[in-house]
Amino acid sequence: MSKLSKTAEAGSEEPTLHVAPSPHLSDITFSTRRMMTDVLIALVPLIAMSLFMFRWYAIKQLVVCIVACLASEALFVSMRGKRITLADCSAAVTGIILALSLPATAPWYVGALASFVAMGIGKIIFGGLGMNIFNPAMVGRAFVMVAFAGLMNAGAYENPAYMLDAISQATPMNAFKGSGITTSIFDLFFGFTNGSIGETSALAAIIGGTFLCIRGTASWHIPAGVISAVIVLAGAADFSAGANGHLLLHHLLGGALLFGAFFIATDPVTSPLTPVGKFIFGAGVGSLVMLIRVFSGYPEGVMFAILLMNAVTPLINRWTIPHPMGDA
Amino acid sequence: MKVMGFFRSREFPGKGSFPHGIHPPGNKFYSAGAEVEVIATPDKVVLPLLQHIGAPCEPLVKPKQVVACGEMIGEGQAFISASLHSPVAGKVKKITVVTLANGRHLPAIEIQTDGEQQNPMDLWKKMADTDWLSATISDYDPETIAKMIHAAGIVGLGGAAFPTHVKVMPNDKRIIKTLLVNGCECEPYLTCDYRLMKEAPGAIVTGALLAGRAVSAKEIFICIEDNKPEAIDALKIATKNTAIRVAVVKTKYPQGSEKQLVKAVVNLEVPLGGLPSDVGVAMSNVGTMAAVAMGVIQKIPLTHRIVSVTGGGITNPKNLFVPIGISIGELIDYCGGLTRDAARIIAGGPMMGFAFSDLATPVTKGTSGVTILTHAETARGEETSCVRCGRCVDACPMNLVPTRLAMAARYNNPALARQYNINACFECGSCTYVCPANIKLVQLIRTGKVQVAATMKK
Repeated sequence: MSKLSKTAEAGSEEPTLHVAPSPHLSDITFSTRRMMTDVLIALVPLIAMSLFMFRWYAIKQLVVCIVACLASEALFVSMRGKRITLADCSAAVTGIILALSLPATAPWYVGALASFVAMGIGKIIFGGLGMNIFNPAMVGRAFVMVAFAGLMNAGAYENPAYMLDAISQATPMNAFKGSGITTSIFDLFFGFTNGSIGETSALAAIIGGTFLCIRGTASWHIPAGVISAVIVLAGAADFSAGANGHLLLHHLLGGALLFGAFFIATDPVTSPLTPVGKFIFGAGVGSLVMLIRVFSGYPEGVMFAILLMNAVTPLINRWTIPHPMGDA
Repeated sequence: MKVMGFFRSREFPGKGSFPHGIHPPGNKFYSAGAEVEVIATPDKVVLPLLQHIGAPCEPLVKPKQVVACGEMIGEGQAFISASLHSPVAGKVKKITVVTLANGRHLPAIEIQTDGEQQNPMDLWKKMADTDWLSATISDYDPETIAKMIHAAGIVGLGGAAFPTHVKVMPNDKRIIKTLLVNGCECEPYLTCDYRLMKEAPGAIVTGALLAGRAVSAKEIFICIEDNKPEAIDALKIATKNTAIRVAVVKTKYPQGSEKQLVKAVVNLEVPLGGLPSDVGVAMSNVGTMAAVAMGVIQKIPLTHRIVSVTGGGITNPKNLFVPIGISIGELIDYCGGLTRDAARIIAGGPMMGFAFSDLATPVTKGTSGVTILTHAETARGEETSCVRCGRCVDACPMNLVPTRLAMAARYNNPALARQYNINACFECGSCTYVCPANIKLVQLIRTGKVQVAATMKK
C-alpha cells in the first residue's frame, strides 16, 4: 500500500475512492428532463399564438389539461406503487400538447377527461414514460373525439355566439372539405384562422420545430418525412386541380400538419429508433394525413395518422435494424 | 479554418473521419504541457507474466536469482505471447500473484532492486535524442525485424497490448498494403502519445519505417487528430525525407479505435469479427513504433514506457517515463498525491480505462495513463426510463442500436441481442456517455455478451 504522503500532510481526510466500470464520463448537460424542457420552450410560440387568437379559451384549455395531466400522472403512478415522476416534465408536455390540439370551445370536462385517459390508458398502463406504444396526448384526444363527437367534431369549432372573431369562422380544413373553399395562404401561415388552439399558425410551429431540431431534441428526419410525403401527394392533388401551387400550400400550412409533424410525431417514445426508421415513420404519417384528408369523411387526419403509425413503429424498428460497420 | 478544411485535398483516400462518434471534453490541458519526466528507479518492481493479449510467458528466473537490467526474465513461447525483461538490476524476491486494474489475478515476478542501476535518463535520452535518421533501415530484412521485435518483448502500447511481432510477421495469406501508425490518442485526458510525438518523433518514424519494411507496406501513414497541431508539425518535420505521410484526422471519440481509423484514413471497412489485416492494413500505436526503433536499432528491450498521470484528482499532472512494474501508488506520490476531491483512479483513459482501488497495482506494458477523476468529473445523473430518443444510435461508431442491446441483456434475451449484432460492440462507451436517461448501456451490453456466449457453448 502506498502512503498518500502529501494528502496526509495537508491534514485533510483521505479522499474517498470508488470503482465502477467504464466509461467514467457522462454528458450531464443532456438529460431526459432537459429534452422535455426543450419541448416546453419550443411550444412557447404556439402557446403565444393560441393566447393571441383564442384569449381566455386558450388559457382555460391549457390550465385544465396541464393540471389534469399532472394530477392523473401522480394518481396512476402512485396506484402502481412507484415513485412519482412529475419532475421529468413529460406529463406537462403531454398536457400542453393535448390542450393545443383541442378546439377552443370544448368544455372543461372534455380536456380533463382527455388528460385522464391520456395519462392512464395512454401512458401509465403500459408502464410509464418510455413504455407506451401510442402518443398519450393523441390517445386522450381520440377518446374524447369519439366520446364527445358533438363537442369535438368540425362543427364544434365554429360557434357564432362566441365573441371572438376566429371562433365564428369555419376551420380552414372544414371549409375546404365541406364546400371546397380555401383559406388565404397568408392567414394559414401566420395563423389568423379557426382550428384547434395550437395548430392555427404554421409559422409558430416552424419556429418551435426548428428550435427542437437544432437542439437535437427532436429528430429532423420525422418532420422531413412528413413534409416530403405531403409535398409529393398534395403536389399530385394540386397538379390535378390546375397546378397553381395554392392547394399544395393549403395542405402543407393548413390544419395540424406542421404542429403534428414537429411536436407530436417527433415524440421519441412512440417513433422509431434509427434515422431511416424515423424518415419512414414521418413519410407514413404524411401519406396517411393526405389519404384521410382527400378520401375520408374527416377534414383532418393528423391524429389518426400518428396513432396508426405509432402502431407500425415496432415493425419499422424491425425493418430498419442498421447494418454494423463492416457487415457485408 | 474548419470550413477551409472541408475543401482541403487529403493525401489519403478516407474522409478523415468515421460515421457517428461523440465529442467528450478532451481535458488534455492537465498534462499536455508537461514535458516527459524520468522517474528514479524504484525499490522494487512487480512484473505480471501476462501483460498482453495471448498466452502468459514462462518465467525464466527463480527466487533469489540475480538479474541484470534488461535481462529476459520471462519467455513468450506460444505464437501469440510476448517476452518479459527486467527494467532494473536486482534480485528476484518471489513469484507472487497480483491483481491488475482490469481485475485479472496473475502470477508475477517481484524483483528487489539491488546493485548498480542503469540511469533511466540515459534510456529516455536514447529514445528522444538519438540521430535516428542516420539509421539504415535497409540493413534489416523483414524476418530479422520481426524476430528482433519478438526478442524485445514489444506489445501494442496503446492499451490493448497485442504482441507486435505477430502483427509484423510476414504472412503470404494476408498482404499488407498500408501501415497506419496510430497517434490519435482519442481518449480524453491522456497525453502520453502526444508528448512522445512531440519529444521523440525520430524514434516513431524509424520504428514505422522498420515495421513498414517488416510487413512490406506500400504506404505508411502516421495518423494524428487535428487537436494536436504541435505533434503534427513535429512529425511532418521528422518524416520530411521519408515515404511516410502524416494523416490529420478529425478530433472525435473513438477515432483511435482500429476499425474507425481504418475507415477514416483508407476508407475501408474491416469486416465484422475481422482484423485490419483482412483489408490489407496493419496498425500500431506511436509508442509501439518508438519501442520497435529502440528494440531493433538499439537492441534495447521494452522495459520502460511513458505514462500520463492526469485528471482533476492529482495534485501535479505529469507525463512520466517509468519502468514497467512500478506501482501506480509511487507515480501518484511522485505527482504530489491525490487531491481531496479525488474520486476514482483509472488505469487508462476515462472512456475505456479500468477503475481500481489498490495503489500497489503495477504499471504494465499496456498502461498508457493513470487518470484520476474528481467527484465532479465522474458525476452522473440518476437513471430514468429509456425514452427511445435514439441518441445512442447516433453515437454508436459501429452503427448498432445500443438501447436494444441493453434491453436484450436486461431481459436475458440472447437471441434478440444477436439479431442486433451484439458482438460487433467494442465497448467504447459512447452510448453510455450520451444517454439522456443515464442508462448504463455499455455495462448492460457487456452482460449481454456473456449471456450470448453462454448460449453459444450449449
